[in-house]
Amino acid sequence: MTSPIVLLALVGVLYTTGVYLILERSLTRVLLGVLVLGNATNVLVVVAGGPAGEAPLVGRAPESAMSDALVQALVLTAIVITLGVTSFLLALIHRTWTLEREDDLTEDVEDRSLRRRLARGEQEDEEELDTTGCENVADTDPDDDDERSTEAGPDPAGDGRRAPAASTTGASGEDAR
Amino acid sequence: MNPGSSLLATIIPLPVLLPLLGAGLTLVLARRPTLQRAVSVTVLSAVVVIAALLLVAAVQSGPIVITVGSWPVPLGITLVVDPLSALMLLTSMSVTLAVLVYAIGQGVYDRDETTPITIFHPTYLVLAAGVANAFLSGDLFNLYVGFEVLLMASYVLLTLGGSRSRVRAGVTYVVVNVVSSLIFLVGIALVYAAVGTLNLAQISVRMGDVSPGTALTIHLVLLTAFGIKAAVFPLSAWLPDSYPTAAAPVTAVFAGLLTKVGVYSIIRMETLVFPDSEATQTILLVAAGLTMLVGALGAVAQADIKRVLSFTLVSHIGYMIFGIALASPLGVAGAVFYVVHHITVQATLFCVVGLIEGVGGSTSVTRLGGLAKASPLLAILWFVPAINLGGIPPLSGFVGKLGLLQAGVADGSTLAWVLVVVAVLTSLLTLYAVTKVWVLAFWRPADQIPVAEVDEPEEPEDPDEEPLDEDTSHPDDVGDSRIGLPRAPTPRSGVLTGVRPGTAQTLADREANTGAEVDWPVARLAPGDSSPVFTGRFLGVAGNRVSRSLPRVMAGATAALVTLGLALTVVAGPLYAVADQAAADLVARTPYVQAVFAQTVDDRVGR
Repeated sequence: MTSPIVLLALVGVLYTTGVYLILERSLTRVLLGVLVLGNATNVLVVVAGGPAGEAPLVGRAPESAMSDALVQALVLTAIVITLGVTSFLLALIHRTWTLEREDDLTEDVEDRSLRRRLARGEQEDEEELDTTGCENVADTDPDDDDERSTEAGPDPAGDGRRAPAASTTGASGEDAR
Repeated sequence: MNPGSSLLATIIPLPVLLPLLGAGLTLVLARRPTLQRAVSVTVLSAVVVIAALLLVAAVQSGPIVITVGSWPVPLGITLVVDPLSALMLLTSMSVTLAVLVYAIGQGVYDRDETTPITIFHPTYLVLAAGVANAFLSGDLFNLYVGFEVLLMASYVLLTLGGSRSRVRAGVTYVVVNVVSSLIFLVGIALVYAAVGTLNLAQISVRMGDVSPGTALTIHLVLLTAFGIKAAVFPLSAWLPDSYPTAAAPVTAVFAGLLTKVGVYSIIRMETLVFPDSEATQTILLVAAGLTMLVGALGAVAQADIKRVLSFTLVSHIGYMIFGIALASPLGVAGAVFYVVHHITVQATLFCVVGLIEGVGGSTSVTRLGGLAKASPLLAILWFVPAINLGGIPPLSGFVGKLGLLQAGVADGSTLAWVLVVVAVLTSLLTLYAVTKVWVLAFWRPADQIPVAEVDEPEEPEDPDEEPLDEDTSHPDDVGDSRIGLPRAPTPRSGVLTGVRPGTAQTLADREANTGAEVDWPVARLAPGDSSPVFTGRFLGVAGNRVSRSLPRVMAGATAALVTLGLALTVVAGPLYAVADQAAADLVARTPYVQAVFAQTVDDRVGR
């Protein structure tokens, strides 16, 4: 059995490039790294199916000369999955960009808190580590929030006023546009 | 095969199929929230019932197999239910159902019913389908697909709302998991190149003929992939970083399920495919010890309850790996029991943290106090699972740990003894971490919360606000971000108090910094007043009129989970018997392999 040296070398080169890219701080490069790594793995899976042969259609070629159809099915699935993940990552990167105005992986809140703590030599840092996930909602649309605070605050009936609240926020969105 | 089991075999695909169909249906019903909730609850309830049926059948008559589409075994997709997978399925789906009810109570997915942030239900059901598929899968590639399905759903759930912290955590989480999936795919390629099949039963038969070096390479590649997913020590750093930012029910279901699917895969690999691998058993033992210690020490160091729990989650993965690495029936049985216990208790604790956040307005022990007085029910809900996690007898955590320690002692090697000591130490450290939370957040009188907190909340967020100032100078872009993306679903408060949470940083709130304004996530002292004011969203409108009631649905779901945890203690005997049987089957390997190959013969005869 011969080893497909060229393909294996290609896989090696792609892995090297991919690992280099994925360790970058810029998210776009990380995304490219994911893509390159994904393609390298796909080539590896194809190589795992053995030497290339005829198209695996019954009647077109003797069975012994056919290439393995299974790995191609696997790779097809893997490609689709990679596509989905890539689009999601792109969306995340875009969101990071709209929030942060930068493409870099942002600093960890925990890191920052720990560093401050060490600098002050304190046991506990008073900074609230944000685990609510909601801290910056106000930042993204301050107008909107004020609007809701004025009308939701004194309203004891909560649920009753939900629908109008939504329509006003929707309207403010339109205005901004 | 008898007719009864073939009838049962036909329901095997349902735990995967029903949630997927349900996901489609809930997507169609996006504008009918009530129906949507009804569909999800019905679907998951049905899956729980089916899982219970499958467990009974698998325990009574051994593994049940179905070949999807009646393709003969090595070609088609096989789904296998053995006692292990049925037990995992039942536990995980019960917890998933309880957390779904909790989430409905919180309304986290749907800030108000007219804005279509309705992706929560479909995504949640897809997650359940992925988990079920991973547990039932009888071949390696289908396991990979199951993983991808659940991961894809988890990406969406983790970043639900797209706030800054969640996007930041989401990027790390997605990249780490994509890399682990790629490593898994490399493992699949290597397995296929080595043995020419991806059917687990067939792999296990053929792997014996592969040269030891190659087998070890493949084994290590797969272990790395599953180790990342299960958060085993050197590969666990992503977990405490990403889990705490998600919404409480999302974190609860992640903590309960996702890492356990990784643990399940490791159990399968170690017992079925690579049963006698001394080298990796040593590696796993060392990794298990380090996972326990590093996780427990991390938990002790944290002040935020969600982070404490994320670290105990990592730490206790070590117990399961310990049991697996011993590779004896005792050890595997201990690991299986521990997985069941840990899925339940960890999900419960994260649900309770969601309630704590609602009552106290914070999840940091430096800002909480007097919760036991404010809400005795909440105190009970925290206390029982917390000491269960710490391993106080007679609760299920104690039973699981005892089983693992016995297995370690029975093994008798030096490393196993070291691990026994580490396990006891970890148990103590866990107990210390959870009682620290108990003492500070629940027992400490509220007036002893450090007063320095009063003016603190305004300062630290400043760095985060600088980008906002930049943003306002680009009005167009701000508009873009506002229109183009769904806003974060701030948890709904109107249900309970009519007070809106999640506005900690708005200017209006700062001006009204009197303690009367309900604010999040700050439990602060009112200026000029020494008595603390609880400002959580479940409590009184003006802060001084404290209402003692927890939201009923959320508290009910959490109480159900606590009860489930206690029930595990009550039925520990029979449950441990099931775990023993599962472990015996796993270590023997033959029941699984024979059940799968019996299927091939059946099919060929039928044709």
